[in-house]
Amino acid sequence: MASLKELKGRIGSVKSTQKITKAKQMVAAAKLRKAQAAAEAARPYAERLGAVMASLAGKVSGDGAPKLLAGTGSDQRHLLVVVNTDKGLCGGLNSNIVKAAKLKAAELIGAGKDVQFYLVGKKGRAPIRRDYANRVGEGFDTSTVRNPGFAEAEAISAELVAMYEAGKFDVAHLIFPIFKSALAQDPTVTQLIPVPAPANAAASSAVVEYEPDEESILEELLPRYVKTQLFGALLEREASEQGASMTAMDNATRNAGDLINRLTIEYNRSRQAAITTELVEIISGAEAL
Amino acid sequence: MALHFELVTPEKLVRSAEVYQVVVPGTEGDFGVLEGHAPFMSTIRDGAIQVFESANSAPESIPVVGGFAEVNENGLTVLAEKAG
Repeated sequence: MASLKELKGRIGSVKSTQKITKAKQMVAAAKLRKAQAAAEAARPYAERLGAVMASLAGKVSGDGAPKLLAGTGSDQRHLLVVVNTDKGLCGGLNSNIVKAAKLKAAELIGAGKDVQFYLVGKKGRAPIRRDYANRVGEGFDTSTVRNPGFAEAEAISAELVAMYEAGKFDVAHLIFPIFKSALAQDPTVTQLIPVPAPANAAASSAVVEYEPDEESILEELLPRYVKTQLFGALLEREASEQGASMTAMDNATRNAGDLINRLTIEYNRSRQAAITTELVEIISGAEAL
Repeated sequence: MALHFELVTPEKLVRSAEVYQVVVPGTEGDFGVLEGHAPFMSTIRDGAIQVFESANSAPESIPVVGGFAEVNENGLTVLAEKAG
């Protein structure tokens, strides 16, 4: 059995760990509110852009459609854009994202396609490199900025569109967590490039005038749409990270509390045992006289 | 008569209000939008949007960067990457 001093030391160390996890939990809770508000504030833009895209895409289908909408005509080379967090301490979030990415990769490779990865965020690099070392291409580091915003989304999408224009891949998928609640963040796979034709291409009855013309507007709109998707993914990631971190740290704090209770009981018991033995020794010593 | 005007950026909904007239810097020239404008869509160049609260008021100008404007039966929506 551990000595009293050892036990005391352990209780102390678990207590300080609990202090850290509790602080991290409160920080995450505060940040979560901000991240959620940011994700919500971004929704109107994405919705309106989606609506405009839908109405335009319905009109400009066929040969005149830009490459970003129509695709390259082949679907051999796939790019998986995996959005992970930069920091740990957020439970199973990153491993879930990586799992979803690997599943998609295995499915595509099984179908005989070429797969490359484009990694956003630090925490996805190691686990994906482990399995697909030679398929991990470029990535984007978001760890240098505090709150990844539109500027980062712009940089990522510019790079992706440039790679697409240069013919480095045919189809890009975006894998990112969708924030449902602090308990649930679902890793989601969506097609990013070519921009999927909106399902509900509502043909509006009104005759709309375009300036300059449909094609030019669409051409300008598509990169913006990609950008918005990435921006949305970054915001969702932020909210997911904080939500997952809050839950994980809450669990950790509770576990530390349980451990402290157990250790305290053990400590008290062994202290009592020591006292009892001492008493017995004294009594039997006195009796022997 | 009022025109429903919305200015939206990726970060947030900057403005949603009933106004009299809005002058938008289109790629092919500025255009003014009043209530009951025909459906219209245009890309915009970097510049300033001028918002007239009422017919006689002085315009309020909001700088915008990159985006496009859409006019439909509900009013005018300007989607810009940066505003204000």
